[in-house]
Amino acid sequence: MSIGLHNSEFKNPVIRWVDSRLPLFTMMQKEYGTFPTPRNFNYFWNFGALAIVSLMIMILTGVFLSMNYTAHTGYAFDSVERIMRDVNYGWLLRYVHANGASMFFIVVYIHIWRGMYYGSYKAPRELLWMLGVVIFLLMMATAFMGYVLPWGQMSFWGATVITNLFSAFPLVGGHIVTWLWGGFSVDNPTLNRFFSLHYLLPFVIAGVVFLHIAALHVTGSNNPLGIDPKGPQDTIPFHPYYTSKDSVGLMVYFIVFAVLVFFVPNMLGHADNYIPANPMVTPTHIVPEWYFLPYYAILRAVPDKLGGVLLMFGSIALLFVLPWLDGSPVRSMRFRPLSRIAFLLFTVNFFVLLYVGGKPAEEPFVTISRFSTAYYFAYFLVILPLLGRIERPLPLPESIARAVLPRGGGPIRMAATAKPMEKA
Amino acid sequence: MRMLKAPMLTAMALLGAVALAAPAARAAGDEIHLPATGFSSDGIFGTFDRASVQRGFQVYREVCASCHSMNLLSYRNLRDIGLTEEQVRAVAADVQVPDGPNDEGQMFERPGRPSDRFRRPFANAAAARAANNGALPPDLSVIAKAREGGPRYLHALLTGYADPPAGFVLGEGMHYNRYFPGHQIAMAPPLNPDQVEFADHTPATVDQMARDVALFLHWTAEPELEQRRQMGIKIVLFLGVLGVLVYGVKRRIWADLH
Repeated sequence: MSIGLHNSEFKNPVIRWVDSRLPLFTMMQKEYGTFPTPRNFNYFWNFGALAIVSLMIMILTGVFLSMNYTAHTGYAFDSVERIMRDVNYGWLLRYVHANGASMFFIVVYIHIWRGMYYGSYKAPRELLWMLGVVIFLLMMATAFMGYVLPWGQMSFWGATVITNLFSAFPLVGGHIVTWLWGGFSVDNPTLNRFFSLHYLLPFVIAGVVFLHIAALHVTGSNNPLGIDPKGPQDTIPFHPYYTSKDSVGLMVYFIVFAVLVFFVPNMLGHADNYIPANPMVTPTHIVPEWYFLPYYAILRAVPDKLGGVLLMFGSIALLFVLPWLDGSPVRSMRFRPLSRIAFLLFTVNFFVLLYVGGKPAEEPFVTISRFSTAYYFAYFLVILPLLGRIERPLPLPESIARAVLPRGGGPIRMAATAKPMEKA
Repeated sequence: MRMLKAPMLTAMALLGAVALAAPAARAAGDEIHLPATGFSSDGIFGTFDRASVQRGFQVYREVCASCHSMNLLSYRNLRDIGLTEEQVRAVAADVQVPDGPNDEGQMFERPGRPSDRFRRPFANAAAARAANNGALPPDLSVIAKAREGGPRYLHALLTGYADPPAGFVLGEGMHYNRYFPGHQIAMAPPLNPDQVEFADHTPATVDQMARDVALFLHWTAEPELEQRRQMGIKIVLFLGVLGVLVYGVKRRIWADLH
């Protein structure tokens, strides 16, 4: 064909003209239209798409909020309330943004949980997984700085507590904190830079999300059985099957989101953040947003400040090396009876940490948080590596189609119609 | 199918646990149980009873406003609780607000306009402290959002004054209150029977005034509440119907696969 032009398959002349020069349509068709996807996803596979929707909602509402927000210690609190009162549908924008952060974390926690349960972090998806952990870290930084912007009591004291963590590092700690603050306490320079970074980081997240998806489209998706598709009988095109299935999840997501925004918009927040920031008055209990509570519990479980900080960062750093801590070649926990129990316990344990993280640092919560922290680390550092060696997994199904199609009659017929050379 | 249901149940459990755990994130402290006072703004269909909110505004204006500012509200906002244009103008014109500088460079005072913010009782925080035995009366604009329990807490606080139990040591100039954290509050009991005279002849008991002003403060904190809930009901209903349709489409599309 003609040199330099992409051979487009589109009939519409305008689309064809564009596609020949920049094959965006071909790419979309390949990656989201005919993209071969395991036929056995359950609804847990909705959450990647839901996370992208969450990110888009956050960026859109955030851009409009920033048009009316004033990043100054003297005006920030009132400017947020002004958005709620005097900007057309400003209350809607703000409540969607505030609860959107919670929705984003719920979705991403379930997405991570799914990856851990079905072994999506294992070869060949290690880099895909690590990019996901980078996104998670960036989300935490973004959410933390976003919570500071309304400049309420929890904004101010949360920022003070979290930035002060860095002072635990010997020698350089104090300098790091001063550098983060842009001064000698959390003040106007801190608020300004947090606003700037809070606006910047979501676009960095979007960039890493692109890499995350690009890596996904190299390896293809994992599936609940954790076995590779062996041929066309095991896969279906992404569209219309998973576009329609994701849409069902999206509806449930929107309903949960709407109930939060319209009926209990402040349920997941803290009343103290409607008190303007006051450096002279410390709230009785300083607690971070709910999605940070498990890590806050780990931080407080250790009597030593530096130890607590290291353990807290370590609890997330462990995720980076998870693909190498788990030596079992079997991905899905469905076929790993012992790991399955250990991981479900890990899940319960995570909620215990979340619960005690929101409680004051007193008994019995301190002791509970210590046991929970111990199990959190033991799961990654002892249980998974050990079970990888000694566990006897259940027999894996022959193929996805054989496992999920009724009476096993389907796969044989379908396998027969598949052309052998198309098999991966 | 059995295998598919287990993860789905887990997902539901996760969501439920987040909802349960979130309130736990709130600071615990010593447990204070608020009486279960009902308000017209309760529930997803709750609205602000206009008569009660207006009485509450009267209580705020005649009692609370001598110490507590309401910086986020303008007089024009009172239209939303049913005051007529003339009434709003009259309320605004009742106060003198600082303005200026004029052509001679002088600051001056003039009668308030509907676009003015509620006049603050003290020029600044130091003046407020000086007049209140060192205590700073908080701004009341969003107080219902800034306290656990919202209007229920405010009503409880206003009616919760009592003699301290035996052995309880009160600080100098402090007052015992059953519902205030720590039970020592600088604010003297603000409401006394028949302190205000309601135009609709509602008996001005302490409980009634506390109820009305608590509802008024709920409105000042969440003026969008009625619009928000009405929109929410429509949107959730719409999403429910759309969700059923989307699920039907999904079933149709997947029918040939099973």
